[in-house]
Amino acid sequence: MLDRWIGADRKGLVVRSGKVELGQGIATTMAAIAASELRVDPLQVRVMPADTTLAPNEGYTAGSFSVEHGGPAMRVAAAMAREVFADAAARHLGAEADDLVVQDGLFRMPGQNAAISYGELAEVVDLHVSALDRAFPPLLGLSDTALGLKRPDLPAKLSGAAYVQDIRLPGMLFGRMLRPTAPNLRLVNFDRELVARLPGVVTVVVQGSFAGVVAQRDDQALAAIATARKSARWAAISTLPADDDALSWMDAMPVPPRHVATAEGEPPEGRRLTARFVRPYLLHASVGPTCAVADWRDDGATVHTHSQGIYPLRGQMARVLGVPVDSLTLIHAHGAGCYGHNGADDVALDAAILSRAVKAPVMVLWSRRDEMTWSPHAAAMRVELGAALSDDGRVTDWHCRVESAPHLARPGMGEDPNLLAAAEMEGPVPAAPPVVKPPVATPGFSISDRGGDRNARPLYDLPRLTVLHHELPQGPLRSSAMRALGAHLNVYAIEGFMDELAQAVGSDPLAFRLRHISDPRALAVIRAAAHSAAWDENDVGGEGTGRGLALARYKNTGAYYACVVRVAVEESVRVLSVHGAVDAGRVIHPDGLLNQIEGGVVQAASWTLLERAGWDKDGFTVQGWDSYPIWGFRDIPPIHTTVIASEDPSLGAGECAAGPVAAAIGNAVAHALGVRVRQMPITRDRLLAAIQGEM
Amino acid sequence: MTTRDGPAPIQLIVNGQSRSVEADRDAPLLSVLRDDLGLLGTRTGCLEGRCGSCTVHVDGRAVQTCTTPLWSVTGRKIDTIDGAAPGSAIARVRDAFLHEQAAQCGYCVNGIIMTIASLIAGPAAPDRGHILTVLDERHLCRCGAHPRMLRALDRLLAETAA
Ligand code: FES
Ligand code: FES
Repeated sequence: MLDRWIGADRKGLVVRSGKVELGQGIATTMAAIAASELRVDPLQVRVMPADTTLAPNEGYTAGSFSVEHGGPAMRVAAAMAREVFADAAARHLGAEADDLVVQDGLFRMPGQNAAISYGELAEVVDLHVSALDRAFPPLLGLSDTALGLKRPDLPAKLSGAAYVQDIRLPGMLFGRMLRPTAPNLRLVNFDRELVARLPGVVTVVVQGSFAGVVAQRDDQALAAIATARKSARWAAISTLPADDDALSWMDAMPVPPRHVATAEGEPPEGRRLTARFVRPYLLHASVGPTCAVADWRDDGATVHTHSQGIYPLRGQMARVLGVPVDSLTLIHAHGAGCYGHNGADDVALDAAILSRAVKAPVMVLWSRRDEMTWSPHAAAMRVELGAALSDDGRVTDWHCRVESAPHLARPGMGEDPNLLAAAEMEGPVPAAPPVVKPPVATPGFSISDRGGDRNARPLYDLPRLTVLHHELPQGPLRSSAMRALGAHLNVYAIEGFMDELAQAVGSDPLAFRLRHISDPRALAVIRAAAHSAAWDENDVGGEGTGRGLALARYKNTGAYYACVVRVAVEESVRVLSVHGAVDAGRVIHPDGLLNQIEGGVVQAASWTLLERAGWDKDGFTVQGWDSYPIWGFRDIPPIHTTVIASEDPSLGAGECAAGPVAAAIGNAVAHALGVRVRQMPITRDRLLAAIQGEM
Repeated sequence: MTTRDGPAPIQLIVNGQSRSVEADRDAPLLSVLRDDLGLLGTRTGCLEGRCGSCTVHVDGRAVQTCTTPLWSVTGRKIDTIDGAAPGSAIARVRDAFLHEQAAQCGYCVNGIIMTIASLIAGPAAPDRGHILTVLDERHLCRCGAHPRMLRALDRLLAETAA
């Protein structure tokens, strides 16, 4: 039905997309697309939050698919809506719909003054019509105002209430959770009576090892949790393996590989090289706390959430809570930056459980420590590469073995609900009701991509290719999807190894790559990046500075990105510049594209140089920001991005830079030092170890 | 003046208006601003004095409110981004941020605006290096919107110099 995408009232037009705003600016892109087809000023289009009663079910907002999949749907819906309005305008103006022109939101006959607006037509137009019954509408394409559009959500965000954390419902209470400080601990008990008597505390909720308090004020809920923690007793439910830089704990969990690509016949003769690359667990580490507001009534509940997938989450919440799916309404609200499957889904269930206990609206905020320990982590990974080289300096065989913790454990993706509270509560979770559809509708989550093998296939022309993926069922820490998934380490490994192979045959890294690329778009991107960085094949590096090059096509089907990074290696690695080039197909919102690339570059550099989450005998090693440093203002290099003009279909760009930036940093460090660091993060200790030949 | 069962109300001057708050003396200023005064533009973040998203001005100086107890600001002048008057330093910084579209999710931004506003409006001529040091000591941005925020800062510094 068209009205799931577009609505109108006297004030003008509203659009709804099943793709949700994660801080990436997608709402702006959707407004630009809709406004272009409707021929109205994009600022006149209001973008409504997605909710499960009104918005289209588009599964998850993930995998850089929003523009690629949500964009065309919005475009066609808007064009169809324009036609429905044009019919009504024609009746009103006594003209033929085909003769009308629409501009600035007004329909009129060319050369005449009489005109009517979308708002004026709203009352007589019925958009509750099936999109499938209508002929495919003519598409008008992007207007200039759309291309230069500023984000309409920013003025409000930069002044007052704007996020899920800012929702204030009448009578709303605040909930906080009590969670363990080690991955293998579960709550046994605590002094509930004492906590219940504290100022402002409304109730204490305990179900199995799930525990939370509800209080009048958030500071009172926090104080109550602090008191509860003092008397809390915990029990270990498993023994933790030792954590080390090489992720040796993976050795104890042998799983048979999945064959992503299989080469036939005998491998060729020739010189062979191998290398092994490692990435530890990482954190989403959003600046805002994970949050949800639930309002439980006798006939059902409304939940305000910053989840990436309100429909799949609703299905799993209904299952855990034992209520009909229809009794839950989930409304998407903006949260702080979301880079994948974080705690947003978990906290929605926390809030629903606490709200059910008090029959009043409850906001739950997670503490910084819970955020950095109990949200799903980005999966730890190892990649082992092997290749054969011919005498004329070409790769004749490529072998890749990926081992990873789970990258895809969103609610509804497996047998488990994958919601933290569900695991903590006592008793079996009822089997999934038949109405819950697994989110197979979203491409990219098909069996051929389990996240760990994302970008494990090089884009180079290789006569023989084997890719194996060992996916561990569960590592010591909870893990799921984070921006770029396996592409971060896979591209780091492939592009690092390409440099090692180039060096082995005495070739320049750029020339060596060019020899193995036939895809014209890949060629254009790598040449553009090399050109903008003034790549010099005679630059021998050393003396503490170096430059590195890397290239990938995200997911092998998404946007192309290549870059040249310059570094200075002092105490630690300083990034001096990033010259990148991107081909993301037809660009809908140029500033939004650049913003996504810049953010992707900064975040990936931070992961690669600084970040690591793990555990020791005392529990989680990350307790808060002090134990998880990230990049700051003084780390930011100049970032130049060349955008390749393209008429190919639009592709998302939020994730394409991560792998290449990481790899180019690794390659630049190797160019500066003459030795390669194959384990992320590239810290001072790792640099010293590499120099001393310990890696 | 005392109330029936609560502590004596505490007087604050918030965004130019005098306000009387009946909350626990030790309550963090952040929760007083957000939950007693309804000023939601000051964000709740780490609550540990590390991320800076809760920053406001107390007598013109940037202060993290999550670690500031209410009693310590009795009678002081508090300014938040919600109350930024046109032409004020806060509004100027905010305009520069909007001009450069200097945000992704925007969650960290209001605190950063407050810190920059206090530094460029101070008596000393603003120094870029010093501002960056202060920002790194007191603020975090996870989206990587820094390049844009730096452009906004440079725009402001150029205006101030002119
Ligand atoms: S919320 Fe105050 S510094 Fe983070
Ligand atoms: S813009 Fe999202 S944290 Fe800074």
